[in-house]
Amino acid sequence: MLGAILDWLLSFQIYLPIAEISISVFLLLALGAGVGFLSGLIGVGGGFLVTPLLIFIGVPPAVAVATQSNQVVASSVSGVLVHWGRGNVDFMMGGVLLVGGLLGSSIGVVVFSLLKQFGQIDVVIAISYVVTLSSIGLLMMVESIQALRRVRRKAPPKKLHQHTWVHGLPFKLRFKKSRLYISAILPISVGAFVGLLSAVMGVGGAFMLVPAMIYLLGMPTSIVIGTSLFQIIFVSGYVTILQSWQNHAVDILLALLLTIGSVIGAQFGGRLGAKMPGEQLRFLMAALVVSVGVLLLIELVRRPASLYSIMAVGGLH
Amino acid sequence: MRRRPCRGTGSGSPLLSACPAVAIFALAAFALAVCGLVVAARPAAAKSVVADIDRHLIAITTDFSGQDVLIFGAVDQPGDVIMAMWGPQGNVQVHHKERVAGIWVNREAVDFGNVPAFYGIASSRPLYELLSPDMLDRYQLGVGRLRFKMLEADVPNVADYRTALIRARQHGNLYADRVGRVTFVGDTLFRANLRLPSTVPTGKFLIEVYLARDGQIVDAQTIPLVISKVGFGADIYRFANNNGFAYGVVAVIVALLAGWLAHLMFRRR
Repeated sequence: MLGAILDWLLSFQIYLPIAEISISVFLLLALGAGVGFLSGLIGVGGGFLVTPLLIFIGVPPAVAVATQSNQVVASSVSGVLVHWGRGNVDFMMGGVLLVGGLLGSSIGVVVFSLLKQFGQIDVVIAISYVVTLSSIGLLMMVESIQALRRVRRKAPPKKLHQHTWVHGLPFKLRFKKSRLYISAILPISVGAFVGLLSAVMGVGGAFMLVPAMIYLLGMPTSIVIGTSLFQIIFVSGYVTILQSWQNHAVDILLALLLTIGSVIGAQFGGRLGAKMPGEQLRFLMAALVVSVGVLLLIELVRRPASLYSIMAVGGLH
Repeated sequence: MRRRPCRGTGSGSPLLSACPAVAIFALAAFALAVCGLVVAARPAAAKSVVADIDRHLIAITTDFSGQDVLIFGAVDQPGDVIMAMWGPQGNVQVHHKERVAGIWVNREAVDFGNVPAFYGIASSRPLYELLSPDMLDRYQLGVGRLRFKMLEADVPNVADYRTALIRARQHGNLYADRVGRVTFVGDTLFRANLRLPSTVPTGKFLIEVYLARDGQIVDAQTIPLVISKVGFGADIYRFANNNGFAYGVVAVIVALLAGWLAHLMFRRR
């Protein structure tokens, strides 16, 4: 009975004009909704989940990466509007991060097409995922466990941030909302590094940007998510245009279906997230990030089903 | 358009250029004469298969989920029919993966040319009963007998790469993994279905219909088939490929609007 209903739902296929494949409409909506739920709950875009899943259901990797950046634009806009309404966006910090982000992602798109020519794009994408996900995930996990312990002991929180050599760098700027007075070089290089990786990996990069803003820049947690979303809108919009221009790989229909799913999912996720304490949420996000990293690592090390990979020359597939 | 009357002046080549009508007529007459001789030389019954498909244009629209192509026809004397469907040909690179520092990485590559993007085959009897292996090779009948052009290879075991390519295409339902059936209705009418998957490539396809008798191919017919995207999906595809920059800008604007709409719809009151 349930199987029959599922079959009936899966029978609504749609042909995606750029991916050149037909996939069930409800599968795509459900995928978007699942990721949207997580992103609403935890506060990250969830691109690092969507891209591997899209490739798994048969979307060509180049199309999955490029389309994902388009979908990130939509989900970041609806996210940032909520945070803006609460006054949790540092536009100046976002702007400075953006300068680095545009720089980094321009290089990233070039690197992407070079690697594609050499036939090494798949393994580089996979290694980037494994390294970034597992290292960031572990760091976050350690930190959130410490935070959870602190909450239990009711210990006072640490000092806002320590002063190190980093604070001696030139081009200092005052970021009022973040209550920071630091060198512009710092956020620019954070933005550039994340921009580079996110162009290659086809993600918004919130899962890298958010920890970097908290731990490297020392921004208050409340402002970090809104500010990172603000910056991500522009970087992923820019990557979408570059990907479309250079690789013709953005599938607008696929992006739209994923978006519809994710905005609905994000509402439910957000409602649940509002009821959960921040430390637990951060632990949850860390656990998710680490487990995706480990899964991808297994995939890299395991002997593949076929030892050959096929690539049409002069096309996407 | 009025034609000037032709006068036979001088040698052949000025005549050809000056009087196209006469020249074409002469050529046609010659060709007809040759054909007549050829036809007369052979018994008419030894030949001839006529076939067609139910549609010559397959439109890929947004609800496309694969399609069957019906190929039907008649032979004038009992015989066996073999048909092969060829997709547009292109170049393909096959990489071999090797373990480097514990990770599986693409290493040596072989480049093949003339690789059809689609290959389907059907026959009224098992192929080996109809034709000798040499004949099957010559007409590339059967997935294993496809001839790819070798563009670049510096590895000894090219055959493994070829097999891997064929396997991958079979796995994607683009190459037939078995010979389909051509069914006869009575002695002379035949029909067959070839399945096109949802991932079928677009472009010009050719269906070769062969009439086999006594271990020989005695007649053949080629039917063209065009598979192309039409409607909304085709417009998107054309836009994306002809003007990628503007397409990207539109995609971003659509995403911005979608995000904003979602915010308005779900704003908490």
